[in-house]
Amino acid sequence: MKTSRASLFGGFAAIAATFVVFVIPFLFIILMAFKDKQQSALRDFSWPNGFHLFENVYEVVKTRNWMMITAFINSTLITVISVTLLIVLAAMVGFVLARRKTRWNGLIEFLILAGLMIPPAVVPTIWLLQGLKLFGTLHGMILIQVAYNLPFSIILYRAFIATIPRELDEAAVIDGARPLDVFFRIILPLLWPVTVTNIVVQSVGIFNDFTNPLYYLPGNQNATVQLTLYNFQSQFSTAYNLLFTNILLITIPPLIVFMFFNRQIVAGMTAGAVKG
Amino acid sequence: MTASAVATLKTQRRPLYPGWFYAPAAVVYSVLFLAPTFASLYFSLTRWTLFDATFIGFDNFAQFFREPFLIQGLVNTVIYAVITSGLKVVIGMLLAVMLTSQIMARGYLRSVIFFPVLVSTIGVGMTFTVLMHPTMGMINQTLAMIGIKGPGWLVDPKLALFSVALVDVWKGVGLATVIYIAGLVAIPKDYYEAARIDGATKLQNFFYVTLPLSRPATATVITLSFIGGLRTFDLIWAMTKGGPGFASDTVASVIYKQYQAGFYGLSTAGNVVLFILIAVLVVPLTMVLNRKQGHE
Repeated sequence: MKTSRASLFGGFAAIAATFVVFVIPFLFIILMAFKDKQQSALRDFSWPNGFHLFENVYEVVKTRNWMMITAFINSTLITVISVTLLIVLAAMVGFVLARRKTRWNGLIEFLILAGLMIPPAVVPTIWLLQGLKLFGTLHGMILIQVAYNLPFSIILYRAFIATIPRELDEAAVIDGARPLDVFFRIILPLLWPVTVTNIVVQSVGIFNDFTNPLYYLPGNQNATVQLTLYNFQSQFSTAYNLLFTNILLITIPPLIVFMFFNRQIVAGMTAGAVKG
Repeated sequence: MTASAVATLKTQRRPLYPGWFYAPAAVVYSVLFLAPTFASLYFSLTRWTLFDATFIGFDNFAQFFREPFLIQGLVNTVIYAVITSGLKVVIGMLLAVMLTSQIMARGYLRSVIFFPVLVSTIGVGMTFTVLMHPTMGMINQTLAMIGIKGPGWLVDPKLALFSVALVDVWKGVGLATVIYIAGLVAIPKDYYEAARIDGATKLQNFFYVTLPLSRPATATVITLSFIGGLRTFDLIWAMTKGGPGFASDTVASVIYKQYQAGFYGLSTAGNVVLFILIAVLVVPLTMVLNRKQGHE
């Protein structure tokens, strides 16, 4: 099929339009991060007068006693641990839910849907976390992330487990595997594709989460990267170069994830969405 | 097979899918999500200091529907959800049709449209707050170059909510697009073949084949973005903090403001209101969207 002149024109128009709408805001962030304070105050789309990126990064990182470093460590810890827990717990639920049909299944499915829909009751949760001595701690934050994101992970796993033949479990049992082995040594490794999807989608979501740390992780000591950006906003209100350097810094992790896992993210988000 | 062999087979078979596999997830979910949700039903009926709660009946709810700024938050929430999910459906659909056609640079287009989905909402909100500044912002400076006086995107009370909604669409339309793409490639080619034999135009193709057959994708996009829109907090908080005045407050930002002010009972009542709002709007919506279409 040869491309007609009209579709060639349409292609260029699409590229130009998406460039203006989607690429320019990111170029703006990058350019601002390279500028000095004076030039960045103009907030225009111009070439930087000099190379100031490294000074800006240093300035942002050392603000408030190196809070960015603490924040990056905290965010990484929260993300890694809660995603690990999510994967194990959700795969276990998804496995039994897909395999065993009992009268509880209806209730469990209802609870999963409820978890996707109902907004968390914030103040009662804070009250409860205080009672459990988990309020304002990383452990508490991790458990909250697990609780809030379980339904989505379970849906992803259940759909995938349904495609794995049941005969496999039975064959393993006949070969003498114990039920725990069946799950951890046979099923879980087979789930790897959907596990990758889970890792990618959930880690981006948890790393970028702002609302939950805002409520459940007050105080500078436990700052996450999103909270740090939010708190620096007032401090950097006259230093746009630093504000955008900060935005650039926290955009890098999702960018890396995106470059490596582009396909899995799209597959995961659409699979979960369409089947859920 | 002897009776004992059957018995051992049974005892071996039963724990193959052990019920306790539910237990760890159930504990975390019940304690940290379900319990507070049930507790909120009680605490929304109290004046609450976190240490003691005085039962005051439906006063919090009465206040919620009496204070003009709280009612405005409620109305804004619905407007915001309708606008964002509506625009995401229309734009996402069009982009998906474009991206599944013979267009050049498909990979580039897909990546560029999808990438904002992965970026921090706070970062996006702050970037656009700078871009939308009435005089110094790049958007209005560009408009000024071609002789248009740009509006005060975030400072005009009539416009603020819509400006935030536009940024929400900018950030979220990539997800709607990939869901539509998944829906569109699942449509069997035979339909288009049959339409071509019948001499259908491109427009007829879209309205009589693509649109009806991508209904499941539409249902998903509407449901997801509608729930997301009703619950929106971070973007609004990063851009306007509900202002100017209460012009762009939503229920979620009201909940946070009441929490900050120490009105814990009222804040929790806001939570219950949001919960009811979502249930009342989303449950019928999904039922209509997922209804099997009969033959006309």
